Formats: sequence, structure tokens, C-alpha cells
Amino acid sequence: MHIPDGFIDGKTTVTTAALAVAGVGLALRQVRRTLPARHIPMLGLSAAFLFAAQMLNFPVVAGTSGHLIGGVLVAAVLGPSAAVVVVTTVLIVQCFLFQDGGVLALGANVFNMAILGAGGGWMVYRGIQAVLPGPRGRLTALAFAGWISTVLAAASCAGQLAWSDKVEWRAAFTAMVGVHLLIGLGEGVISALIFAAIQRTRPELMQSTEPTCTGHRWREFVRYGLMVSVGMALFVAPFACPWPDGLEAVAEKLGFAQAATKPTLPALAPDYAFPGIHSATLATALAGAIGAIFVFLLALLLARVLIPNRSAPVSAANSRP
Amino acid sequence: MKLHLLEHRHARLNTIIHRAPAELKLGSGLVLIALTVLIPATIPGWLAFAFTFLALVIAVSRIPPMFLLKRLLLLAPFVLGVVALNAFQPEHRAQWPWLMARSTVCLLTVILVSNTTPFSEVLRVLRQIRVPALLITTMALMHRYLFVLVDEAQRMSRARASRTFIAGRRWQWPVLATVAGQLFIRASERAERIYAAMCARGFK
Repeated sequence: MHIPDGFIDGKTTVTTAALAVAGVGLALRQVRRTLPARHIPMLGLSAAFLFAAQMLNFPVVAGTSGHLIGGVLVAAVLGPSAAVVVVTTVLIVQCFLFQDGGVLALGANVFNMAILGAGGGWMVYRGIQAVLPGPRGRLTALAFAGWISTVLAAASCAGQLAWSDKVEWRAAFTAMVGVHLLIGLGEGVISALIFAAIQRTRPELMQSTEPTCTGHRWREFVRYGLMVSVGMALFVAPFACPWPDGLEAVAEKLGFAQAATKPTLPALAPDYAFPGIHSATLATALAGAIGAIFVFLLALLLARVLIPNRSAPVSAANSRP
Repeated sequence: MKLHLLEHRHARLNTIIHRAPAELKLGSGLVLIALTVLIPATIPGWLAFAFTFLALVIAVSRIPPMFLLKRLLLLAPFVLGVVALNAFQPEHRAQWPWLMARSTVCLLTVILVSNTTPFSEVLRVLRQIRVPALLITTMALMHRYLFVLVDEAQRMSRARASRTFIAGRRWQWPVLATVAGQLFIRASERAERIYAAMCARGFK
């Protein structure tokens, strides 16, 4: 999902860079304020861990293999702001040393994978954990959030490519999101497996993220919620929703109407030609919702398999509001 | 996939390009990439100029062209994917050769800069332009322990492989996840030792 240079144009570069700088700046401030000094080396080591863990290939069918992406895993252990810093570091080093992702596209990549992937994924993780407490709920939340974060980042990446007028939205969306629906399943399972393995051997490592200090968490929740909705409004909504007013209103409000409308209108034009688009959009949304529920059930099942029935019966954990 | 990328590094050669100040290399690389991305593709002269300039740099810096070619091919999948999507759409069809050429120029530029500039120099420049210290510390630590942890991961999976007589397909994922989880635990223990060492040397 690392976008190379030359695939997103000027306006997308500037917008994504501004969003990334704002998001990473806030995350750095939050980390400086809340992370104890003895955990500072842990940020660098977590970044190195993510890189090293990506060398472990998990075999899938027929010679293909997947690997951990890991934003949500780090967010579950260290908290969302630390995870944004860690993933950003990984992206910068990958960009410079391994040319994985472009220099000017760094803002887009940081926004997609660090802010949407780790920050947005953490929101989903936290939201589910509030409903399903206990160790099983945690694993369910982690697996589901891993899947969502991958899909979210892919959708945003497709939106940026389409906004740059490099690929048509529908082709980009189908290709990117279609592939990442599957990759996300792998990511969810791998994250949950690794989390369970850490929890088995060193449960005290996970103490820091027990839901205790709600004040800070709420502020972070609001902040990442805002970032994710801005990203979705900018990169996905203009293409996904059939009403052109939404795009124009957003573009107008953010003050780059002239820059934005010109290249996106041709991309939207095919939508006007087909009168069936409205129901097609609804059908896509419905399919997405059903798919998400299905993946959530899979995540519940995975958590049941990973934590066998010993102490807390799962029905009690599930029936909590 | 990335492992052999860690090896062939040409940062230790001694040419004019290698000796040039890091600020100059990073700055001119950034300008070159920005211009390549932003100048409309309808002006082919710029790309020709960029390619000539890069060829000159390659010749002077004595980085083997085969090495560059291998690197470029390794990075190709995403580029080729988008180019393929692009080439099959009637209204975009004329774009794809330009897209290829542009992204090749950008990739070559980053490969050249990163293979002629030590990472510590890059961090020094970033510190000079006031990138937040926490981010730089994290980057420095990541770069320092990257290779250590990659070695550790390899040792662990080799040990696992030597003990598992027949790796059952069914159990591969949990076992690999245990290896990764163990790697995380070792990383966090190492982080604690590093913090103690940092404090012993006057951090804070």
C-alpha cells in the first residue's frame, strides 16, 4: 500500500502532507505528555520490531504469504499516539533506506497507514472493547480492528490515486479494497495471534493499556475520530457518494474548490450517466455491512479458539451491554 | 524480501558524491523529485534532463548499474499494478509511459541519495531543520536496532525450524505468531536495558 512518487499530484500531496503533519504533531505532543521517560526507547524498539516482524512470512495457499502490518497491534500495547509515532518512523525509514513509498507521497502514506491505520484502528479496537470487556473481547476487538484498519487505509489510498486523476475511482477502489479485504483478514488473525502469544508469556506488558485513565482516552478518541472523518470526507466520500453537492460543499468549506473540482469532475462524470448508481451504492453499502458483520463473527470465533473456556464463560462476556 | 536490500550498501565508497554535504544531496534530491512530480508530463524535456543528470551522478558515484536495476525491479509491483490499471482505461491510456518514467526518476533519485549518504548524516540534517527530537530519537533507535532485531528474528525462526521435525501446515501460524510475540518481548526487554544505559550516560 506504499504509494511511490509520481502517483499523486500536487494538491493531493499538499493536502495529505498537511493532514499528516497535523496528526503526527498532535501524536508527538500527546506522547511527550503522557508516556513515561523510561518508555521512550520502547518507541524505537517497537518500530524496529515491526520491521523485523515483517520478515516472518505467514504462508497462505499456493506459495503466497502474508506478513504483519502491525499498526493496531502496537496501538493496543502502547496506545494510539505512540503507535502513530512508531508507524510514522517505520514509514520514514522504509522510504529513505528501502525506497518503499515515495518522498513526496510520504504524507499520504503516513496519513493512510499511521493515522487512519493505527489511530482509526485503535478507535475500533477501543469501541469494541467497551462493549465486550475481558481478554476474549480484547482479542475479538484486535482482530476486527486489524481488518478494518487495513481496509480503511486501502480505501483512502484508492481515493488519493483517484483524486490525483491517475486511475479511475471505481477501478482503483475495486482493486485496492478487494485485495485488502483479504489481506485485512490475515492482518487481523496475525495481530490477534501475536497479542495472545505476548499475553501468555508476559501479561504484565499489557498492563499499560487496561482501560483506566478515561479522561485522556476520550480526548484521543475525539481527536482520531476527527482525523478519520476528515480523511474519509476528503478521499473517499466525494467518489463513493452519488451526490455531487457533498463534494463541492466539502471542497468549498476547506477552501480549495478551484483546485479540487477541476480534476474530480471527470472522475465523477460516469456516475451521472448511469441512473442505477443510487441503488448500486446502496447495494455496495449493504454488502459492506454484511461483510463487516461476518468478519466480526469470525473475530469472535477466533477469540473463542484462542482462549478456551476455563474461567469466564463467553456468554457472560457477550451479554454485557 | 527486504533482507538482501540491507546488504549491498554503497555508502562507504569515496567519491565526490559521497563526500558532498548531506544537506546538498538531500535538498537537491527533494527538488528533483518535486519538480518531476509537479511538472506536467506534456513537457518531455524535463524528464530527459532528469535522466541525463541521474546518469551523470551514477557515473561519478561509481554505483554499479546492475545494483540499481535490481533495486528498481524489486520495487516494481505497485508501480506496475497502478500502471496496468491505468493502461486499461481509455481516457487514461496515454498517461502510463509518463507515469513509468516519472516514478523511475523519483525512485532512482532516492536510491542514489540513500546509497551515498549515511543515515546518521540524514538525522543530523533533520535535527537542523527542527524536526521534533522525539521523532529523531525514535528514528535513530529504530535504525540502530533494526539489524539486531532482524538477526534475532532469523535466529529464532532457524531455531524453530531445527526443532520442528515436520512443520504441520495447521500449526504454522500459531508457531510463527509465538516467534513474533517472543520477538516483541525481547524487544521490550532490550528497550528497558537501553533506558538504563541511557540514564547511566546522563540522559535526562
